[in-house]
Amino acid sequence: MSRSNPNNKRKYVIAGIVVAVALVYILQLFNLQILTPQYRDFADSNAFLRKTLYPARGTIYDRNGELLVYNQPTYDIMMVVREMRNNFDTTDFCNTLKIDRERFLQLNRDMRDKQKNPGYSPYTPQIFMTQLDIEEYGLLQEKLYKFPGIYIQGRTERRYKYPNMGLILGYVAEVDKNKIESDPYYVRGDYAGKSGVELSHEEDLRGEKGVEILLRDAHGRVQGRYENGEHDKAPVSGRDLTLSIDVKLQALGEYLMRNKVGSIVMIDPRTGEILCMVSAPTYNPSMLTGKDFINNYLQLEQNPYKPLINRAIAGTYPPGSTFKPSQGLIFLQEGIITPETRFSCYHGYPPLGGRPACHGHDSPLSIQPAIATSCNAFFCYGLNWMLSNRTKYDNVAEAFDKWKDYMVSMGYGYKLGVDLPSEKRGFIPNSKFYTNVKKTDKWNAHSIISIAIGQGEVLATPLQIANFAALVANRGYFYTPHVVKERKGLPLDTVFTNRRSPKIDRQYFDLIANGMGDAVLRGTAHAINLNPDVQVCGKTGTAQNPHGEDHSLFMGFAPKDNPEVAIAVIVENGRFGATNAVPVARLMLQQYFNDSIPPSEKGLEQVIANREILPYIYKKNVPKIPKEY
Amino acid sequence: MLYQANRERMDKGRVDWFTVVLYLAFILLGWLNIYAASYDLENASSLFDLSGRAGMQLVWIGTSLLLAFSLLKIDVGFYETYTFVFYFVGIFLLVVTLAVAPNINGSRSWLVMGPVRLQPAEFMKFIIALALAKVLNTYGFKIMSRNNLLLVSAIILLPALLVVMQSETGTALVYISFVLVLYREGLPGGVLFMGFAAVVYFVLGVRYSEVQMGMLSVGEFATVLLIIVFTAGMVWNYVKKRNVVVTIIILAAAVFGAGYIASYFGLKFNYGLLAIIALGTVCIYLLFLALRFWKWIYLLIVLFAVVSFAFVESAEYVFYDVLQPHQQMRIKVTLGMEQDLRGSGYHVGQSKIAIGSGGLTGKGFLNGTQTKLKYVPEQDTDFIFCTIGEEQGFVGASALLILYVVFILRLIHLAERQTSIFGRVYGYGVVSVFLFHVLVNIGMVIGIMPVIGIPLPLFSYGGSSLWGFTILLFIFLRIDKSRRPF
Repeated sequence: MSRSNPNNKRKYVIAGIVVAVALVYILQLFNLQILTPQYRDFADSNAFLRKTLYPARGTIYDRNGELLVYNQPTYDIMMVVREMRNNFDTTDFCNTLKIDRERFLQLNRDMRDKQKNPGYSPYTPQIFMTQLDIEEYGLLQEKLYKFPGIYIQGRTERRYKYPNMGLILGYVAEVDKNKIESDPYYVRGDYAGKSGVELSHEEDLRGEKGVEILLRDAHGRVQGRYENGEHDKAPVSGRDLTLSIDVKLQALGEYLMRNKVGSIVMIDPRTGEILCMVSAPTYNPSMLTGKDFINNYLQLEQNPYKPLINRAIAGTYPPGSTFKPSQGLIFLQEGIITPETRFSCYHGYPPLGGRPACHGHDSPLSIQPAIATSCNAFFCYGLNWMLSNRTKYDNVAEAFDKWKDYMVSMGYGYKLGVDLPSEKRGFIPNSKFYTNVKKTDKWNAHSIISIAIGQGEVLATPLQIANFAALVANRGYFYTPHVVKERKGLPLDTVFTNRRSPKIDRQYFDLIANGMGDAVLRGTAHAINLNPDVQVCGKTGTAQNPHGEDHSLFMGFAPKDNPEVAIAVIVENGRFGATNAVPVARLMLQQYFNDSIPPSEKGLEQVIANREILPYIYKKNVPKIPKEY
Repeated sequence: MLYQANRERMDKGRVDWFTVVLYLAFILLGWLNIYAASYDLENASSLFDLSGRAGMQLVWIGTSLLLAFSLLKIDVGFYETYTFVFYFVGIFLLVVTLAVAPNINGSRSWLVMGPVRLQPAEFMKFIIALALAKVLNTYGFKIMSRNNLLLVSAIILLPALLVVMQSETGTALVYISFVLVLYREGLPGGVLFMGFAAVVYFVLGVRYSEVQMGMLSVGEFATVLLIIVFTAGMVWNYVKKRNVVVTIIILAAAVFGAGYIASYFGLKFNYGLLAIIALGTVCIYLLFLALRFWKWIYLLIVLFAVVSFAFVESAEYVFYDVLQPHQQMRIKVTLGMEQDLRGSGYHVGQSKIAIGSGGLTGKGFLNGTQTKLKYVPEQDTDFIFCTIGEEQGFVGASALLILYVVFILRLIHLAERQTSIFGRVYGYGVVSVFLFHVLVNIGMVIGIMPVIGIPLPLFSYGGSSLWGFTILLFIFLRIDKSRRPF
């Protein structure tokens, strides 16, 4: 090591840099901590108070502009634990709020519970109690100066103008822990849609929260806005929605279906807009708002008739004879039958010894009269011919999967994609399903013959059945059904405006529509004949139900030319389609075309509305059904 | 056996207790402040609660002390012998990490083995220092020879590149800080000066790039003037001819004077154009001198001026067209061009408020509100200095900063007293890493440096970083202990 190495002097340069930079840093610290009064102000104030400004949730209208859902102010109590003094007058506080000490302590525990409130901190405002009405708010506001650390935060609550369509609208409730963790937008105490449109359109309706940054002094008193509100953010109101539902039609439907279990769905086939969607039993949406929410919710949830399930989209039923038109379409399109092909029927399907049975009618029949008279044998023959056809298909599996593909393209077997949560897909089996169930691939049409007449394994939701009616009404296409007609300032999603067309020729739809027209004129659905005003096309259904009386079904559309409305009605345990579903559908169509029930039909309306068809439920302590229906 | 006995006699030197005491002070204070930063009044957990951050840090501290003790027992020859093995294992681990690491907060630098998570990049710091020490210790090593320069650059840049690919740019910059070692070992000061000049040009150019002055922006105009000043300075430093310097200044002033006079005759006074003409005139003058006296140095100075000008022109392009918007934003916030209290300026804004609210003597231990309100992010890792600033005030924060300065000066002193080049180079490696970490981390927290996520050494929460610094430091103390007498 030579001592004279000139590089040895460089240690002074390096050390010099270290000291120089440190001096600059100390100057900056001096600047921040001693010289800048702005930061000293912060030192005097405890901290910022970030006050959330809640946006008004979007309001909801029906298709005619009738207001359905709106907001009303309500107040929450916020608590900043760190600011509360030891001499906090709990007794006075409890008296003001009319709660007892026990409840006060319980609320306190809930607030501090990290399980229930992951964002708890003693330094920031935490929700202590929610939903004060305006009087309680007034009382507390007067005494607020006595309670340091207590703040009042305003927000709004949902109000409903009509007692109808609780299941479509859905309800709004406090977000749970999962929601808080999965979506950073929400904090404890926020409200969000939990079902129905309130859930499916939550992001439209909720708007955007704003924030106001306030400064506080050491005593917790608000001293003003931070930098004159430069960093505040105004809340953005939620988007208003217009539903495609006609509230009058909906109200009539719910009235007719009272004391029954079932569903009515009406669709405008020209757009896919759902005009009414009744699920019985239902509930008054006002029950699930405000302070009674919990009690009412529990009551509804424990009700054995399950009024919280929207049967129109989540109830799956064997479609019964309403299935036959779809079968006819497949057989025609695949060339299994021609419009002239006739099958004979001797009160049943001859190859299986008259099973499934049929009722008395002319024989043999071609497809159009077979639809009109709802001949079981005809469609059993059709399915057998299709599945046994070895010139077109190599094996039964190929034939059957072809059948399944047609069914799916007509809207069965999968979720249609309606803009409501908890839609079910129904069930259309494929060949693998039967190979698994029968434990052999040697099955044939006769082993599964009941699906030809909408029994057996096949299941469909009322919405799917109504949608099929819309498909026939349009003679070959449909739009994904939806309940939201308009989002203010935003176009509708293209999934609701694009046509969906199964690969079936229009001429076959005409044939099926004629058959359904004949069913109304002189067939099984003659009770819905509204001639000469409107020519209705329809198909009844009677679905066998192993748990009790058969379900009564009707599917149809009107008028026959240029259809405006498609309908599906299901009355559980309502026996023949003509017994209950057809008169319900008749009244709904009357309301639709006349905007009221004509005086001549008032008697029928009374009869149907007063009919009680509730299955007996073997269960102890059945709570009373709420009186709304 | 004889060999070993011989070694032991040589190892009789003492561990530098002064440094060890400082080390212990840092980890102890760090531990207390981690406790304060994550302190929750309601659910106050104990300092020793293993589920809390402070408790976990205690585990890291305990293991680090064990590690430190073991390192003091290992023979120095071990490091010298296996340096390159370490280096290749380190590179291998970095590559493996790159391939298998899960994405944790946008960084792919963690090697997860069951419950253990390690950051190989942390350990690469001492390995690079060892490798540099080994290479520079080679007999007859001359830093300015081309092959040596390439080798040394490769040793630093290869791991830096791998670490950048792991999205740990901050750590890569730490590796680059080893340039300081090279400077100490003879890299010309001009190189450091050029680095400094580049930073100044960039900052000036970008900071004032939004107002135009004739052909150039205000920033570019100022930088061109600065280039003229630097050029004159270089002439002063390397040629030592006062009359040339004076001529340069007169030439530049004359160009502006001519422009001023021309403006009376209807020509628009264009600052930008004039600055470029002035710089051009100076360059032509120097070229003339180069040819006249046949001296390379003038040519090199002209080259410096031209390259500087090209750099300034391209800096703006790089800034606006190559950098990502969030990177632009961070730099803009640091340069005070943007006040973005919610985006990237949020961290720094909040940490400045926290520190500023500490005042002269602070709010007292555990009494800080800003940090506990969770306004300050990363409050127990990268932003831990906030807690000191808020709770201990100007007095505490300055004291800690001074303590770090003392620590680093002590390390420089230790490095200088090494009798082997190996020891000295390694020592300066340690100095570089600690210096860079301390300056960048504290600079970031007090709003002087851009936000680069690197921890405060021996202070921030984290096992890998504490272990890494402990290994780095104690290998050096071991080398220092066994330094050979003259």
